[in-house]
Amino acid sequence: MKNALLGVLLVTPLFGLLGTMVVNNRMAFFSDALGHSALTGIAIGVIVGMGNPQWSMLVFSVLLALGITAVKNANAASTDTIIGVFSSTAVALGIAILSMRGGFNKYAVYLIGDLLSISATDLILLAVVLVVVLALWVTVFNRLLVVSLNRPLASSRGINVLLYEYLFAVLMAVVVTISIRWVGILVISSLLVLPAAAARNVAGNMRQYHVYSVAIAIVSGLSGLIISYYWGTATGATIILVTALFFFGTLGLRRRLAR
Amino acid sequence: MKHTQGLCSTTISDLGVRLGNSEILKGVDLDVHCGEITAVVGTNGAGKSTLLKAILGEIPHTGSIAFADADSQRLGMPTVGYVPQKLDFDYGSPTSVLDLFAAVRSNIPVWLRHSQRTRQETREGLVRVHAEHLMNRRLGSLSGGELQRVLLALALTPVPDLLLLDEPVSGMDRNGLRLFYETVSELKEDFDLSIILVSHDLDLVAHHADRVAFVNGQTIELCGTPADVFTDPRVVDTFALGLFTHLRADAGGIN
Repeated sequence: MKNALLGVLLVTPLFGLLGTMVVNNRMAFFSDALGHSALTGIAIGVIVGMGNPQWSMLVFSVLLALGITAVKNANAASTDTIIGVFSSTAVALGIAILSMRGGFNKYAVYLIGDLLSISATDLILLAVVLVVVLALWVTVFNRLLVVSLNRPLASSRGINVLLYEYLFAVLMAVVVTISIRWVGILVISSLLVLPAAAARNVAGNMRQYHVYSVAIAIVSGLSGLIISYYWGTATGATIILVTALFFFGTLGLRRRLAR
Repeated sequence: MKHTQGLCSTTISDLGVRLGNSEILKGVDLDVHCGEITAVVGTNGAGKSTLLKAILGEIPHTGSIAFADADSQRLGMPTVGYVPQKLDFDYGSPTSVLDLFAAVRSNIPVWLRHSQRTRQETREGLVRVHAEHLMNRRLGSLSGGELQRVLLALALTPVPDLLLLDEPVSGMDRNGLRLFYETVSELKEDFDLSIILVSHDLDLVAHHADRVAFVNGQTIELCGTPADVFTDPRVVDTFALGLFTHLRADAGGIN
């Protein structure tokens, strides 16, 4: 339980932070696709004979992120469709391979997550990722923001739009893959999106946006963990439900604060 | 500080843009004088946006773009201030005007804090366009005209050699437009700016531009005063300007 608590304290600010840009860039579906592709990453790891599929998941996820971004930039088809195509193909492939081996059940834990079984090593990995994201957030956030607001404007200011687009996609792939075992494929994109979406309802500037997003994520995470522990529900899903409450609550406040 | 007219300018020579096998622009020559608004007009697909992108350095092009100051010193590529079209902005983003300025001008992450220097610079930039009261407002809460003035202030921070206005009229009410153009005219005088304005609103162009460049047939077919350009048969034909004259005549010459 102590480990799970630390896990929540590492994962939630990470998602609260990253989520601000995921929502700004309208990448909820993209993050969902990355989460689903974890199955395929695992399948590939299984076929190749890996004991710990973490690496195959990571590599596949990053390649998927790069692939979707490249096709999106080269193609006139809608982003929605492109992600849909990549995602469904990847997921189907993963499920087919895993079910073929006869025991899909043992992978079901990835669907809903298992935060209560997180180990010390896993925590260290999460901590490292959090530090990396924080470092990036300090050094390149401004540029990411301008790109998310208006691409021609960013370009006119000497910002390499493509570079930051790819960078952010890869960052998302890494964060999603590292956390998927604890949060679960089915709810991971919600954890990325909901705190930031709730914060967006009431924030008046970037600082408030971040403070609210991280605060909501942490509070939801801790409450969700405690509730899930006593009720025996899946932790990830419980956290999402608490966050959803925040979202609907702030939605009500939005009209009054619109300024 | 006024420069002698004609000496300070941005000169575009023999500019061409090729995309794959098709030539989008070729042999484009344009002189943009300081202290003047040069409007670029043309039908959709004529190549106006391509020209802007080439000037911004977003796409590769042949030919040259050179800035010469009052002493006719050729200073190489001009620094360009770009005022983008408002349409593709993420209006839902909880970004304040100050956040926007700080994001392009400062290395301090905007979610952390803003330095005194950035605040001061932003305030000064906004004062120039009569928008200092908008500094802490969310971008999405601004009216079309307000956002346009904020983007103008941003493009002028720091003051560039050449200012590009990309379809600034879209989505603005008449009053906002008037205020915007008055502001642009003031700044034109104060900073002796070279301004390129791309617009579909020919009425506005006719009223506010000092020179008009007509893009047609992959090049600038004609360049001159609004009076010269809008009475030229090629332009009249392209934009069916004759139709309106006909209507005015029908209405008994009432304007």
